[in-house]
Amino acid sequence: MKDKILIASGQGFWGDLIDAPYKQVTEGEVDYLVMDYLAEVTMSILQKQMNKNPKLGYASDIPDLMKRILPVCWDKNIKIITNGGGVNPTACAEAVMDIAKSLGIDNLRIAVVLGDNIKDRIDEILESGCMLNNMETGEPVTIIKDKILSANVYFGAIPIAEALKDGADIVITGRTTDTGLTLAPMIYEFGWDPQDYNLMAAGTVAGHILECGGQASGGNFLGDWESINDLANLGFPIAEAYPDGSVIITKHKSMGGKVSFETVAEQLVYEIGDPKEYITPDCVADFTSINLEDLGNNRVKVYGVRGKPETNLYKVSCSYAKGYSAAGSLTYSWPKALTKAKAADKILRKRLHDLGLKFEEIRTEFVGYDSCHGPLSYLPDEDLINELVLKVSVRADDFESVERFGKEIAPLILTGPPSVTGFAGGRPKPSSVVAYWPALIPKNLVFPEVKLLEYTI
Amino acid sequence: MKKRLLEIAHGRSGDKGNAANIGIIAYDQSGYEILLKNLTVERMKEHFEGICFGEIERFELPNLKALNFLLHDTLGGGGTVSLKHDAQGKTLAAALLRMEVEM
Repeated sequence: MKDKILIASGQGFWGDLIDAPYKQVTEGEVDYLVMDYLAEVTMSILQKQMNKNPKLGYASDIPDLMKRILPVCWDKNIKIITNGGGVNPTACAEAVMDIAKSLGIDNLRIAVVLGDNIKDRIDEILESGCMLNNMETGEPVTIIKDKILSANVYFGAIPIAEALKDGADIVITGRTTDTGLTLAPMIYEFGWDPQDYNLMAAGTVAGHILECGGQASGGNFLGDWESINDLANLGFPIAEAYPDGSVIITKHKSMGGKVSFETVAEQLVYEIGDPKEYITPDCVADFTSINLEDLGNNRVKVYGVRGKPETNLYKVSCSYAKGYSAAGSLTYSWPKALTKAKAADKILRKRLHDLGLKFEEIRTEFVGYDSCHGPLSYLPDEDLINELVLKVSVRADDFESVERFGKEIAPLILTGPPSVTGFAGGRPKPSSVVAYWPALIPKNLVFPEVKLLEYTI
Repeated sequence: MKKRLLEIAHGRSGDKGNAANIGIIAYDQSGYEILLKNLTVERMKEHFEGICFGEIERFELPNLKALNFLLHDTLGGGGTVSLKHDAQGKTLAAALLRMEVEM
C-alpha cells in the first residue's frame, strides 16, 4: 500500500481551462488526474448528439486533450479518471484507444462504467413501482415522460475503484458524482472498506474541494481576491491523500493561485444544502465535522471528517424539453440612459401584447444597474449613469412566439428612444429550453457495469 | 456602529435547482458571532425581498466560522429554464455582503 497519493483536479466543468490538465501532469508529480465534465444540461446535449450519431455523446474535447497528455501520463504512470464519457462512455473509450494506438502506446487499459443511462428503461422502472417523483415538487415523472431527453443515475466511487482494481489506466464513466472521481483512487490504493463511512466521507470532502477546479485554489475567490498571485497561470488544486483519511489540499509550486483556509472554505460551502447531510451514493458526509488547518505555503490540511451510511437510493437526473427562450439586448447612452431603457422596454412589451403573443415569462433587466442584485442595487443619480444595457428575455411553449419576439428587438433602434446601439449580433434566435427533473431510484433497480477494453493488435 | 458584512466576512453562492445557496464565512470568531446573531432567517427574508420568493433555511458550520443558507424559489426556475442574467445565483453571496449590521 502506498503511504500517500496525489490526486489532481484537471477540469471543473466542460469548457474549463483547456491547458489545466496538461499543466497538472507536467508541472510536478501527481498519481491521478480527475476531470469532471458533466453539468445537468450537458447530458441532454450529449444524448441529442448520440441520437444523431451513435459514435458521439461524450465530451468531445477529450480526444484532443488525450493527444497531449497521454504520452506524459503513460510515461509517468498517471491514471486518468473522468466522467466525460457522458451518455456514451464506450465510444469515448474507443476514441481514446485510437489515439493511444496512433501514439504508439501499447497495452493501455481503459475501463468504462456503464449502466447509469436509464432513458430506455423508464417504463420498466415505473412498472416496478418507482414513480421517479420530482424531488422538488413531488410530481410524478409521467407528466413529462414523453418529453424526456435524457435520464441518468448518479453512480458513486465504487465502480471506478473496481475498474482500478481490474488494472485500468484510464477510467471513463457516464453520470458519476463529481466527488466519486476523487474518492475512488483512495478506496483502491489504500484498500479502504466501503463501509468505513468516516473514510468515505473524508474522500468525499476531498472530492467536493476538487470538483470545481480552480475555485478551490484562488479562482472566483470573494475574500481578498486582489491578493491572489498570478491568476493568469492558476494552478488547479491537488489532494495529497493519506491512508488515515487526512488530506492536504495543495497545488504545484510553479503555478499561480493560492490554497489557504479561506479559499478552501469558500469551496466547501459552495452548492451545499444541509451541511450535516451531504448525500452521495457512497456515504452521507457531515461537513460540520471537517477540520481545516492552514499549514502555510499553499497547504491546507483537511481531517477528522465523519460520515454515516449511504442511503438505499440513487439520485436520478432527467432532462426534458420545456419550450423555447430567447434574449435580446440594446445599449442606451447618457443622458437619461435608464429612463430610455425603461421606455424602450415599455414600448416593446406593448408591441408584444398587441401582437397577441403569449409568453410564460417576460423578464427585463438593466445590465450595469440591477441584473445581479435586483432590488438591492443602489440607484445612482441618473446623470452619473454613462450607459446601460437593456436585456429582455422571454420563454414560451411555442417556437413562433419566441421567434417573433426576436424580430421586435432591432426595430427599437429606429422606432424607440434615442442614443441606442449595440445591436450587432442579428435577431435573437429561439433556443430549446431543457429543464431538469431530479428524482430518486432504489439502488436495487440499477446496476453499474465495469468493462475493460484492452488493446489488441 | 454599523458596518457592511463585507468587512467581516466572505463567501460563495451557487444554484441547487431553483434554490440558491449562499455560504458566508467570517474572517474571525467575533465575526462569526456577529453572523450568528444578525443573520436570522427573518433578517435574510427582509434583505432578499424581491429576490427570494420561497422559504429560507439556515445551517451553522462553526468549524468553518460559516453559515449556509438555502434560498428557495430564487432563481426564476433554475438551470436553463431561468431567464435571469444571474441564473445560477453566482453573485448572491456578494449581495448578502451589502447588508449593514451593528458591530
